[in-house]
Amino acid sequence: MTTTTTERRAAVRETAPLLSVRDLTVTFQRHGEEPFRAVDGVSFDVRPGETVGLVGESGCGKSVTSLAIMRLLPKRGNKVTGTVNFEGTDLLSLSDAKMRDRRGRDIAMVFQDPLSSLNPVVPLGVQVAEVLERHRGMSRKAAMPVAAELLKRVGIPDPVRRLRDYPHQLSGGMRQRALIAIAVACAPRLLIADEPTTALDVTIQAQILALLKELVEDTGTALIMITHDLGVVAGLCDEVNVLYGGRIVERGDRHPLFRDPRHPYTNGLLASIPRLDAAGERLTPIPGSVADNLPWDHACAFAPRCSQPIEICTQVTPQLEVADGRALRCHNPVTSGWSGPSAGQTEGDVAR
Amino acid sequence: MLRYIVRRLAQLVGVTVVLSMLLFFWLRSLPGGPVNAMLGERATPDQKARLEAVLGLDQPLHIQYVAYVGRILRGEFGNSSAVLPGADAMDIFLARFPATIELSLVAVTIAIIAAIPLGYIAARRHGSILDNATIVGSLVGIAVPVFFTAFLLKYWFAVKYGWLPVSGRQANLGCTRITKFFILDGLMTREFDCAASALKHLILPSIALATIPFAVIFRITRASVLDVVSEDYVRTAEAKGLTNRVIRSRHILRNAMLPVLTIIGLQVGSLLAGAILTETVFNYPGIGEALVSSFRGRDYAVLQILILMAAVVFVLVNLIVDVLYAVVDPRVRTR
Ligand SMILES: Nc1ncnc2c1ncn2[C@@H]1O[C@H](COP(=O)(O)OP(=O)(O)OP(=O)(O)O)[C@@H](O)[C@H]1O
Ligand SMILES: [Mg+2]
Repeated sequence: MTTTTTERRAAVRETAPLLSVRDLTVTFQRHGEEPFRAVDGVSFDVRPGETVGLVGESGCGKSVTSLAIMRLLPKRGNKVTGTVNFEGTDLLSLSDAKMRDRRGRDIAMVFQDPLSSLNPVVPLGVQVAEVLERHRGMSRKAAMPVAAELLKRVGIPDPVRRLRDYPHQLSGGMRQRALIAIAVACAPRLLIADEPTTALDVTIQAQILALLKELVEDTGTALIMITHDLGVVAGLCDEVNVLYGGRIVERGDRHPLFRDPRHPYTNGLLASIPRLDAAGERLTPIPGSVADNLPWDHACAFAPRCSQPIEICTQVTPQLEVADGRALRCHNPVTSGWSGPSAGQTEGDVAR
Repeated sequence: MLRYIVRRLAQLVGVTVVLSMLLFFWLRSLPGGPVNAMLGERATPDQKARLEAVLGLDQPLHIQYVAYVGRILRGEFGNSSAVLPGADAMDIFLARFPATIELSLVAVTIAIIAAIPLGYIAARRHGSILDNATIVGSLVGIAVPVFFTAFLLKYWFAVKYGWLPVSGRQANLGCTRITKFFILDGLMTREFDCAASALKHLILPSIALATIPFAVIFRITRASVLDVVSEDYVRTAEAKGLTNRVIRSRHILRNAMLPVLTIIGLQVGSLLAGAILTETVFNYPGIGEALVSSFRGRDYAVLQILILMAAVVFVLVNLIVDVLYAVVDPRVRTR
């Protein structure tokens, strides 16, 4: 099984990327405040049909990255540089109108909080149908049955009746399903899911992840999965980007990365997930918080929280170096890797 | 929904009963009284006592109140003693009421049509020169007393330049009356000169009357739109690639209008207060003007019916607003 996965991955790596983010930098500048780089030179690729994870703690710039790709950041108070190449077009230099045509049609997004992300005073059916009206040129009358079909596909029972319901009449899980239905309505080639399960309870989380996985496999849609939860990544992603302080610190295919994390931060994240096969073993959270970060300009931001810092870590910026399909930004990588669950076990671990 | 409306109508009855009681005792506790007003200061105590006996004013208050309620239930609202002596109080109210409604409707319409788009634009250009200018403008609108605005408008556009009529509701054109709403009558009877004249008479008073509701609705709209644009569902709408028009109307304004609706209902109260002043400045024959003269003459019958009906209108308008609210907000409707 591992061999077929590896072969499949090798084949995928040959294809041209669907989305190619290069040197994406987002700087927030408020009146009278120091400019703050929330995303700092992030580069990664997403190939057709591939699921790529963006993982990191709260505040590391995951949402800002996705909003910058979608061009949904506030109009004022920030500066975005770099390129976001989608099928040969740089999204960052498109006109507002052209970008509007692509949003919801070529690239769609699922947000974190399903209740606040749905309009409370518009019936669910209209909220699904309006995407079809906009991008497929359908009339309301033609779009409604399609909307019902979509709700059915994401597992909402009695979809025709639900069309007339309002968000407050649905459970949390149903709302997230509805948001997913809206996102996949126009069969986008890229779906960005920003922590789609964080606001849900554990059993519902597993169902939503299973649904996303199924949709992605059925339609060949590429997926960027944003999460702070490595358990989510374990069941879903082909490739994982680990973000720290606005920069990618490690990237690799899922299995090698889980089996053999090289960056102390990735290692720490893995050590802090509860494991099914290690009941009773103590979890080791990463000490400190992002408030301890050093500036990337002349150090490794993670150094103050690192389990194995060396002198150079607080003096020289580590560069992202690529070797054997693994990208790593570290002066002193972990050698005897965390002996985590094997690939087979992580696969069965989606429910976590 | 129907049960909701019925419940609110029952509340309306309760409010009216309580208010009529308060009003009755309050009016009778005022110094002066109708007898003095009717007979003048120099009447003898004997004359006064006789008239009081005729009017039943010598009875204890609670007996007067029971008699009063009895008369109301029989549909007798009493006769005017000062505004139009001898006339039925209800007739006076009915003659004046359409004038004030016409004035208020036009004023509210002006206020809404100007305030909501401006409030939206100001919010979307938050912090711009336009935003700041409109805020200052609305502050001035709130701060300047209505009668002063009315007086200035009258002085400039009616007295000094003579562009618009100084007072009244309509020129003397021998117009046909159907509903007593003069603009509507003029349109229905195709006497367009009548409608035009009524409209011209309405322009200045309604602008004066519109200033405060305009300022209030503007500020609430602006604040509400500012709140709504940072909501997650607006970001969702943007992520769907919807057109600006759909995002504006369906996703921003439909949500932002909820507090605005409530405030429009509450403005009816201050609108009636403003109408008193505006009607006085422009000699406009509405409720407000009748209220002033009936108060001066201690005309209990007329005062009572005017204030009571004003309260009923206030409660009714707020009922309509609440129903509209339920129409817009499913969370109220489907509780
Ligand atoms: N509009 C904004 N103005 C200023 N700073 C912002 C803005 N949006 C985000 N930031 C800052 O950018 C940084 C990254 O935020 P981001 O929302 O991307 O974090 P995240 O990784 O998505 O975290 P979480 O897991 O909590 O969602 C944070 O420090 C945040 O304070
Ligand atoms: Mg986030």
